[in-house]
Amino acid sequence: MSHRPKIAVWKQSSCDGCQLSLLDCEDELLAVLGAVDLAYFPEATSTEKKGPYDVSLVEGSITMPHDVERIKKIRAESKVLVTIGACATSGGIQALRNFRNHAEMMAIVYARPDYIQSLATSTPIADHVPVDYELRGCPISKEQLLEVLTALVNGRSPRLPRHPVCLECKIKGHVCVMVAHQTPCLGPVTHAGCGALCPGYSRGCYGCFGPSDDPKTSPLAKRFLAQGVPAEQVGRLFLTFNANAPPFKAEGLLHGGVESKSAPPTNGGK
Amino acid sequence: MSTKTINVGYMSRVEGEAALTIKLRGDDVVSAELSIFEPPRLFEAMLRGRLYSEAPDMTARICGICPVAYQMSSCHAMEDALGITISPEIRALRRLLYCGEWIESHVLHMVMLHAPDFFDVPDVAGLAQLHPERVKDALRIKKLGNSILRVLGGREIHPINVKVGGFYKAPTREDLTSLLPELNWALGAAEELLTWGQTFSYPDVAHNYLHVALCHPNEYPLNEGKIVSSAGLSINASDYEQHFAETHEERSNALHTTHRGQTMFCGPLARFVLNYEKLPTRAKEAATRAGVNPNCRNPFKSLLVRGVETIFALDEAIRVVEAYEPPTRAFETATPRAGVGCAATEAPRGLLYHRYHLDDSGLITDAKIVPPTSQNQRVMEEDLYRMGKMLAALPSETARKRAEQAIRNYDPCISCATHFLDLRVERV
Repeated sequence: MSHRPKIAVWKQSSCDGCQLSLLDCEDELLAVLGAVDLAYFPEATSTEKKGPYDVSLVEGSITMPHDVERIKKIRAESKVLVTIGACATSGGIQALRNFRNHAEMMAIVYARPDYIQSLATSTPIADHVPVDYELRGCPISKEQLLEVLTALVNGRSPRLPRHPVCLECKIKGHVCVMVAHQTPCLGPVTHAGCGALCPGYSRGCYGCFGPSDDPKTSPLAKRFLAQGVPAEQVGRLFLTFNANAPPFKAEGLLHGGVESKSAPPTNGGK
Repeated sequence: MSTKTINVGYMSRVEGEAALTIKLRGDDVVSAELSIFEPPRLFEAMLRGRLYSEAPDMTARICGICPVAYQMSSCHAMEDALGITISPEIRALRRLLYCGEWIESHVLHMVMLHAPDFFDVPDVAGLAQLHPERVKDALRIKKLGNSILRVLGGREIHPINVKVGGFYKAPTREDLTSLLPELNWALGAAEELLTWGQTFSYPDVAHNYLHVALCHPNEYPLNEGKIVSSAGLSINASDYEQHFAETHEERSNALHTTHRGQTMFCGPLARFVLNYEKLPTRAKEAATRAGVNPNCRNPFKSLLVRGVETIFALDEAIRVVEAYEPPTRAFETATPRAGVGCAATEAPRGLLYHRYHLDDSGLITDAKIVPPTSQNQRVMEEDLYRMGKMLAALPSETARKRAEQAIRNYDPCISCATHFLDLRVERV
């Protein structure tokens, strides 16, 4: 990696929150901007330099026909490609369309769905091109983002955790919300990175960092059911922010809860 | 007669993906078009079949810049549907949370997205070379906004502590009072920031807009109030859809909001114009020093109004923190029932309306979300029309930048505006 790596930040289908995490590094921002050559980051700068790039940070999932060609071009122009956030790494919340009738969903929101070219699925970047590093989370942890940038500037591999939130929770010394309050918690099967935020606020983890390595979702789901959580609620818990991540998808679909309870499409005439 | 086109293929320093095309013939604008290629994410459809309690966390994901706004509008709408009344303590904490988002979002927009236009630099790094102290102060104020979100909400983006009925966990008094030294510093720093903003060179434009904002009898609006307009409208959120429609014009793919056929304008300038007298003295005095008053109709001066609202939000945060005593209950318990609930709150960019229909088990059967940016879509393009003569007289590159700047006046959040696409307005 060169002394001042040339960095590009890209967006596909997303809420902009993960790229905003970089601007939220208020203490480090000017230092980061000094350490890198910010070649393309339209949310933050009008500067626009052509590739190739040393590092591309990619936010968002693939949901439009032209996204597929675009991400291939980005990959070809980037030495290192890092996907940032749940949309880019799993398809994000908009991957809930993957389990429903897409045409029906379009008709609920748009008066003329035929004007809009949208894919029936939302898929992660790694389904389309090779990815070098993944930053999980909805949103990502800015500490992890800084770790990746620091590592790449200094020519080393980033150190990212592989353990579940449950371990972070124990390290923090939080009272277990499952044991103490029978609150369903995805901490045992969710990738670390948030610092066990939700249990620290007396709520169960809702899995926004996606599945940890080799997650044992089945015994956890059985435990939820044994505690009296309705099956559909167990399904929805797995099928939210990382619904398309294979372990969450497989477990969630076993329990249901994501099929549309449709009323007539009252929004569709807007 | 000569024709020229001002084209911005991919607008920078806005949240989301948009392009801009203005066609000029001589001094006249033939067409002004804001094309939105932000992919649709279908939130209103995804929400169907989900439990009422999931709406705050799910709708937060519409926007990474203003997730609190979505959490607040969805909570209030669900509480309306379920017949829940929140305690005064929860109400105050919600105002504090919203202040955190306003501070963070407003300073982000003023200094990192909008101010570079006034100095002809590409970004905040360029601005920091010219005005390092102002940029450092701005980043510190922005960080404080984020600190409020972190302490009360758990994290800055997509806070985890908000639920229908209140909060999962109420902060201790010490959690909040620890913010006071920085809040007191920031109030002075925000005043200096506004004084600096006053020195910028603003294009001399004005128009008699139809402003729309919330209005509360005795506070500057955040979470509640009537929806009022500069033309005398005053309605409850439950009547919003009778007065505001997302229309579909024949020659257009557009879905944009109008008030009884008229173009509307929401956001900081509209709030300021309609609620000036509710501002705290310190914010009013700062506004006077900066030369903005309720007669201001120059959208470029939205930058200054964001500065005034930042001072309000800091002042309000101090007021809430100083008066805070932890509530006996962090939230009111909800019992699912069938019903309809509506709410509008003031996102940093303007009015954000939500409506939900619930079945008797609390599952969402229908959802409608109208973000501020789709309400401002038409006025953004009309501003470009009105600037036609000014743009025609400028060299192409300068005209292009000025047109982009005019759109940035509205701090458009295109990620939010899930339902506007390929707008075309033609008036030949």
